[in-house]
Amino acid sequence: MLRVIELLGRYIMSFAEELGRILFLLYSTLKQMVLLPFEIRNTFKQMLEVGIRSLPVVLITAIFTGMVFALQTFTGFKRFGAEALVGTVVALSMTRELGPVLTGLIVAGRAGAAMAAELGTMRVTEQIDALETLATNPIKYLIVPRFVAGIFMLPALTIVADIIGIIGGYLITVGLFEVSSTLYWKRTWDYLEVSDIYNGLVKSGFFGASIAIISCYKGFYTSGGAEGVGKATTGAVVLSSMTILVSDYFLSAWLFK
Amino acid sequence: MIEIINLHKSFGKKHVLRGVNLKVERGESMVVIGGSGSGKSVLIKHIIGILKPDEGKVLIDGIDIATLKENELYEVRKKFGMLFQMSALFDSLSVWENVGFALMRHKKMNEKEVRPLAIEKLKLVGLVGVEDLMPSELSGGMKKRVGLARAIAHEPEILLYDEPTTGIDPILADAINELIIEMKQHLSVTSIAITHDMNSAYKIADRIAMLYEGSIIETGTPDEIKNTQNPVVKQFITGSASGPIKIEGVHYERTLNRT
Ligand SMILES: Nc1ncnc2c1ncn2[C@@H]1O[C@H](COP(=O)(O)OP(=O)(O)O)[C@@H](O)[C@H]1O
Ligand SMILES: [Mg+2]
Repeated sequence: MLRVIELLGRYIMSFAEELGRILFLLYSTLKQMVLLPFEIRNTFKQMLEVGIRSLPVVLITAIFTGMVFALQTFTGFKRFGAEALVGTVVALSMTRELGPVLTGLIVAGRAGAAMAAELGTMRVTEQIDALETLATNPIKYLIVPRFVAGIFMLPALTIVADIIGIIGGYLITVGLFEVSSTLYWKRTWDYLEVSDIYNGLVKSGFFGASIAIISCYKGFYTSGGAEGVGKATTGAVVLSSMTILVSDYFLSAWLFK
Repeated sequence: MIEIINLHKSFGKKHVLRGVNLKVERGESMVVIGGSGSGKSVLIKHIIGILKPDEGKVLIDGIDIATLKENELYEVRKKFGMLFQMSALFDSLSVWENVGFALMRHKKMNEKEVRPLAIEKLKLVGLVGVEDLMPSELSGGMKKRVGLARAIAHEPEILLYDEPTTGIDPILADAINELIIEMKQHLSVTSIAITHDMNSAYKIADRIAMLYEGSIIETGTPDEIKNTQNPVVKQFITGSASGPIKIEGVHYERTLNRT
């Protein structure tokens, strides 16, 4: 029993320590972000990287999610004659939940993993030390561009996912179940509010920032050679995914009152 | 001038540096020798402020670099050039972008101005026509040369070499030695090289210092080191397995092999 408490205590301590170190890295990143000169070229490169790397998977995930949602809601809602509401359900769930969260998870798995692996490799091959010797702050040069890319590209991808998901829902509801096209769009627009989309994007911006800072943290503090890089990469994906899922609940409770 | 005073550094329970004292005069070429894992890289990283001392000081031209603010430290670092053990080239940048990195960032020069300068530095280390390759396309020896070109591109006053000749063939190693000597003669830089390659040490050093069990146990000119009476230094420079230096983990293996 004592051992369990001891283990639990140690676990909580190491978690708190890691959280503290991530927050400190966040603080340093924000400080470097506002200092001139801006790393325009690197930031642009990272935005392309984050956006393009994840886009195909986001597109496929979004269209099938919209489709399966329409399918399930239609057959389910039919039991109490509410099939006409399928458009509403798809639109609300895509913009408020599925768009931001699924896109976040995909970006964590692709761009987040890439960030951790790249920075981890740079750490173990001394490239980060080399930056220091060339009088270049590695946080400014490496982490700020990735952080900015995360904050901006995740909402951008989320908008795409929202639209594609709604189109997926449309294809199934109108194409397969032969609900009228005008009714689908009417039901979609009737109950969808700008705040649904906006708050969804706020969430995704938060997810983007979390993925970037967590993955950069894992990569930046890698030790132990190739094995360490592997661990950092897995750790980055797991921790960013958990952060997305947990913070999603609290952000939703706070934003969608 | 570089002065290291009573430098201590631990990683966890491992007390790597235990009071290192070393003085390198302006224009001098100092070589620090020592076994693998003796803390040579840790020492050199303290000189350029990548690692912070637990205790003791590193003075660069009389300034304790641990007391500097971040931007002041970066200013001091512009005086330095460093060649890393595994070259540490930026693998997302081409060869010439690697070489011109400091010029592009600190001298406010654009790509058109930097490229010819980078090509010139590459020529200095004996590389022609590689400027547009990526580091992954180079052999180990070429990477070292590119690393050297990058280290000298911004015309530093102090050059640090972390095992410049380790892991490359003897002929190439000698070519690197020649390059280091040329750097010293032409650019009149102060340099610190760390190595366990004694041929290289004798060739490039004005003075040699030996790092053993966390401190400098002997310092002298190459001739003085060759004629040392210190049994530890003697064993190291002759590369003998028997002597006062213990080789971790090897003892059991050897007794086993004997039976
Ligand atoms: N960042 C670090 N974290 C933990 N241990 C380290 C670190 N850097 C070096 N060490 C340890 O310090 C010792 C000396 O390393 P190093 O200076 O690289 O040796 P070498 O003389 O071969 O260059 C090694 O035992 C190494 O494990
Ligand atoms: Mg070393």
